[in-house]
Amino acid sequence: MKLNGAQILCESLIKEGVDTMFGFPGGAVLPFYDILPEYPQLRHILVRHEQGAAHAADGYARASGKVGVCVATSGPGATNLVTGIAAAYLDSAPMVAITGQVARPFIGKDAFQEIDITGITLPITKHNYLVMRAEDIATVVKEAFHIAREGRPGPVLIDIPRDVFIEEAEFRYPDRLNLRGHRPTIQGHPAQVKKAAKLINEAKRPVIIAGRGVIISGACSQLKELAEKGQIPVVNTLLGLGSFPQSHVLSFGMLGMHGAACANLAVDAADLIIAIGMRFDDRATAKVSGFAPHAQIIHIDIDPAEIGKNIRVDVPIVGDVAQVLAALNKQVTSQSRVDWISQIEEWQREHPSTTIRETESLLPQYVIRQIYETTGGNTIIVTGVGQHQMWSAHYFQYERPNTLISSGGLGPMGFELPAAVGAKVACPEETVWCIAGDGGFQMTIQELATIVQENLAVKIAIINNRFLGMVRQWQQLFYQRRYVATPLSGPDFVKVAEAYGIAALKVTDRLQVIPAIEQAMEHQGPFLIDFVVEPEENVYPMVPPGAALAEIIEEQREEVGAR
Amino acid sequence: MAKHTLVALVEDKPGVLNRVASLFRRRGFNIDSIAVGHTEMSGLSRMTIIVDGTVASVEQVRKQLDKLIDVVRVSDITDDSTIARELALIKVKATPATRSEIIQVVDIFRANIVDVATDSVTVEVTGDEDKIDSLFRLLKGFGIREVARTGRIAMTRGVAGPLTVDEAKPLREAPRAKRVKSTDEISNL
Repeated sequence: MKLNGAQILCESLIKEGVDTMFGFPGGAVLPFYDILPEYPQLRHILVRHEQGAAHAADGYARASGKVGVCVATSGPGATNLVTGIAAAYLDSAPMVAITGQVARPFIGKDAFQEIDITGITLPITKHNYLVMRAEDIATVVKEAFHIAREGRPGPVLIDIPRDVFIEEAEFRYPDRLNLRGHRPTIQGHPAQVKKAAKLINEAKRPVIIAGRGVIISGACSQLKELAEKGQIPVVNTLLGLGSFPQSHVLSFGMLGMHGAACANLAVDAADLIIAIGMRFDDRATAKVSGFAPHAQIIHIDIDPAEIGKNIRVDVPIVGDVAQVLAALNKQVTSQSRVDWISQIEEWQREHPSTTIRETESLLPQYVIRQIYETTGGNTIIVTGVGQHQMWSAHYFQYERPNTLISSGGLGPMGFELPAAVGAKVACPEETVWCIAGDGGFQMTIQELATIVQENLAVKIAIINNRFLGMVRQWQQLFYQRRYVATPLSGPDFVKVAEAYGIAALKVTDRLQVIPAIEQAMEHQGPFLIDFVVEPEENVYPMVPPGAALAEIIEEQREEVGAR
Repeated sequence: MAKHTLVALVEDKPGVLNRVASLFRRRGFNIDSIAVGHTEMSGLSRMTIIVDGTVASVEQVRKQLDKLIDVVRVSDITDDSTIARELALIKVKATPATRSEIIQVVDIFRANIVDVATDSVTVEVTGDEDKIDSLFRLLKGFGIREVARTGRIAMTRGVAGPLTVDEAKPLREAPRAKRVKSTDEISNL
């Protein structure tokens, strides 16, 4: 069957199970857009900026576990995708980005809207392709989706020159792959598993650190079995929240720079760390030389390059987390470890990291806690980056995987709104709350139009403190309160929302919080609430940069009572 | 810190050298030398990369290299028993008075004179870096005009090396030359 390149691309996407794309057209991809009406099974969602397309594909991927697809034209379209591709790369989200390129004869000539996007995205993709022949498109698409989702997931970019979209070729979707350089290790090495089991069985004070790898691998039940069988306390990285139910007695919250005190103290005192599907990011470990000083470390990850990259490891196990844990669970003996767990519970009582002060003013922590209470936690939370992100990590309890969608590695402000678009498209039956800061929200505010055009019932909470809050917090704590370039004016968000056609409310008083959230929930369609909160509230606990995990700064309290 | 020898089998495709070199740069490594050439298998090239670093850091960069899709296999053969060679072309200033002395030095090193001109000779020498460095030092006294070195290539001794491919896998057919329209025949955007 002879088809043109654009048709081959559509046929191949359908073969890979794609039904949704986020994109923005332009000259070089016009032949592709022109053919889209022939493929009504491919839903195209028009964003308002290509960065939004990449973040939306990322949010879609994280909420659904499927590969997210974004499309942009050559030159500026492609460069606008870069931030979103990098975010997906650092958080291991499966994504395929398709960009148009100038026609083949123009490549290398600095033609209008020509940019070397494969060169630019080299360090932020698992792999990328410049497709120079229409007959290669099918193979490239098959490889790209395979690479994006297999092993440690990540983004793959396919750059297609305009004339390749038009060129005709025989279409036959390959049934086999020939990827000699991509063979992820799935099964853990039995000898390593045995060694790990021995360490676990002998440990007095073990701690599990569960990361996003547990969620990606679908290993939540295996993780639960390991924790319960060995009675091992579990702490999470930011992106690991949801991998282990936080209502569980063995769950002790998030560790790291803004981790719960009891989680950090547990890691600090542990004699064994079982790190699962995580990569020892500096925001999780704090000072590396002071990390878990008394512990031996077991590290389970599918990416061999993560082993020993940041932290010395005693027993590495390379493999798929679900497979490795299943093998490990057979060899772990049932234990009680009452003393160790009650020790951590005591720290939890002494350091109640998530109590909320009684004040007249509206506290951001209170707002986020009330979203949790009102929804019963039965929602997908999508955050931006900064203070509201950390509060969303602390004042929510995540019970299920993929319920917190947040950019942990790259940390791009403005992630929240487009990622919420992606999450809502992926899970139309779920409630999706986009929790935004007033700073980051203004970076991708234009996606409100996408929400309206696609009629997506995303609920938006702006935690509006009129500051770039996290930066201001650092200025307060480490730069003697010199608030340079952090006081921030914004528009009247309610009027903005209404201008876009979205119902909205402003909340300034704590008594209005619950009714406002209830109104948002009852409202059919999107809803925005501008919560005008206490401007100089800080995120606590905090481990200052350069300090070890146990060197925790806590909120000054008049009285630190029992929980 | 020590010099490490990495050997890699890579797909013979455009941009592969860039992918490898860029990875070293962004992970903060300096490449001392890199040599690339075809192998006994069509579609695969072999790289020999010399890099300075601690054992742990070189192991990290080796694993990162292994993650590149176009890198089929990569191995650190520093501690293996290896044969390592480099080739250099050295153009030396030569006068009728010094020419025979240069030829003597070249003979001792089992190097070859590959070009003679009225005022210079060009020497081809193969060996490990030490041998080439020694010859270079001796020839320096005569005046060096120009030097080109290939960088080290290396292979483990014995039958099977770390890069030996067990089974001949089907290789993708080489791209056929196809006429692409010129800029006159096609408009941009």
